[in-house]
Amino acid sequence: MTTAISVKDLTKIYGERSALSHATFEVPLGTVCGFVGPNGSGKTTTIRMLLGLITPSGGTGTVLGENITHPERYLPRVGAMIEGPAFYPALSGAENLRVLASLGGFPQERVASLLEKVGLADRGGSKYKTYSLGMKQRLGIAAALLPNPKLLVLDEPTNGLDPSGIQEIRNLIKDLASDGTSVFVSSHLLSELEQISEYLVMLREGEVLFSGRTQDLLAAQTATLIAKPEFTVDLSKLVEIATRHGHSASVEGGAVHIVGDADWGATLNRLAFNAGITLAELTATQPTLEETFFEMTGE
Amino acid sequence: MFNVTKAELRKLRRPTLLISTILVVAALTALFTSIVFLRANSGQGNGQRGEIITPETLSSATGLIYGFKIVSFFLGITALCVFASQTAQEYSLGTLRNLLVRQPSRMKILAGKYLSMIIFAVALVVIDAIVAIAVSYFLAPHAKVTTSAWFTASALALLGKTFVNVLLGTIAFGTFGMILGLLFRSPISSIATGVIWSLILENILAGVVSSTQKWLPGQNFDNVAQGGSPTVSYHWSMGIAAAYLVLGFSIVAVLFKRRDVAN
Repeated sequence: MTTAISVKDLTKIYGERSALSHATFEVPLGTVCGFVGPNGSGKTTTIRMLLGLITPSGGTGTVLGENITHPERYLPRVGAMIEGPAFYPALSGAENLRVLASLGGFPQERVASLLEKVGLADRGGSKYKTYSLGMKQRLGIAAALLPNPKLLVLDEPTNGLDPSGIQEIRNLIKDLASDGTSVFVSSHLLSELEQISEYLVMLREGEVLFSGRTQDLLAAQTATLIAKPEFTVDLSKLVEIATRHGHSASVEGGAVHIVGDADWGATLNRLAFNAGITLAELTATQPTLEETFFEMTGE
Repeated sequence: MFNVTKAELRKLRRPTLLISTILVVAALTALFTSIVFLRANSGQGNGQRGEIITPETLSSATGLIYGFKIVSFFLGITALCVFASQTAQEYSLGTLRNLLVRQPSRMKILAGKYLSMIIFAVALVVIDAIVAIAVSYFLAPHAKVTTSAWFTASALALLGKTFVNVLLGTIAFGTFGMILGLLFRSPISSIATGVIWSLILENILAGVVSSTQKWLPGQNFDNVAQGGSPTVSYHWSMGIAAAYLVLGFSIVAVLFKRRDVAN
């Protein structure tokens, strides 16, 4: 077994609406894989099918080497938080975890250590209904970690967390991955995903736009050169030079943004110099995951 | 399945639910048992539906169980509410997905939940029995009721039989609540429907058209708890109640097994 998740032509149709259409992707074992897409693109539907909560309309899939038609074979090794945390409001955080530990046959002793791990040790005895959104999220993550999972599936784990909470979750995911846990994480915080995800699956309107290594996706995007002339009167001249040499260019915020590889930077500098333009700044930037996402999804 | 039962019992034993339910059951049992004994010499109705239970009747072997079984209908309604809310809240809170990720066998979830609620129903009936017997014994002298026949072998056998009947009636009402919970997936809708149907509509129907008593589910559940009545036999009620519950439970079990958990 080399994949944590593998799906082929996975499809879910509700009536006449296709929530997921022939999705095919793989998530290698022991990696962190980001799962991105606009709202309604089919992320949660996919996750629910992987966890046996909804039945696929078509296609096949495996999780930890077992067919998704038999979730009982792999779910004891999977931790999951789907579409935000959901617990019993009248029970304490600790008691909620004990309910799930009893259900899964996990040792009750894990509850205290998991509360400690997610920073809820001092509030474990408080009723869930008194928790802030961030605390509820942390409890959800603790619940997902109960089985000491080989695969962790997290749907928007950083919702409601403050910046330090987001950083803690990022570090937690990194730690788990370094211990060999595969993590499949959906999030709208693309800058966070860019930092932690080795692999990426991108959806739009129920279809897979990209699946593979995050670096491969980003490297395939065209870089941008940002050139700032010494005098603003030269902005239009720079645009003209770039356009004449086959690069699209536009003026944004007192600088010229030129679509082109970093290699072309030296040529641009020379052409500008020959045209009597002094460049005060010349920077080559690679698109971020967020920019790539907007570009690919058309959002 | 037993892991599910253990997990469910953790939820059922939370103080807000357990203590409030125990207090309600104990208070109702004490109230209705007191009415039976304190009005025994009034010559007016002191039993169900205006029935007159005299001190002589209470002094017989059956005296021990009157207070116990008079609240069986309210025990049933309590069980209906608890079973319905415990089932439907998994949908309304969104916790069903957690349960199914930890226990993917939906039939085990259902069976484990049902077993835990049966245990809860047993606890309710035990509390009912203890309070009813204690109040009966305490009030017997005031009602000029002698208790010597209460602790004979035949009285204890009757107590055992009544316990089983009240328990079966309570479980039947609870099962009805669980069916409604699985069907409506909302605690408020399922409890409201169950209580309005059992407490109001069925009683109006049975009062207006007495022949419907033989066919209405709640009337038969209660008749099982009462051990039968002069108009409808115990065995008839057992058969009708079982038919309703097996059919209803089979339908919702299939729905529960097949329905996507999309909330």
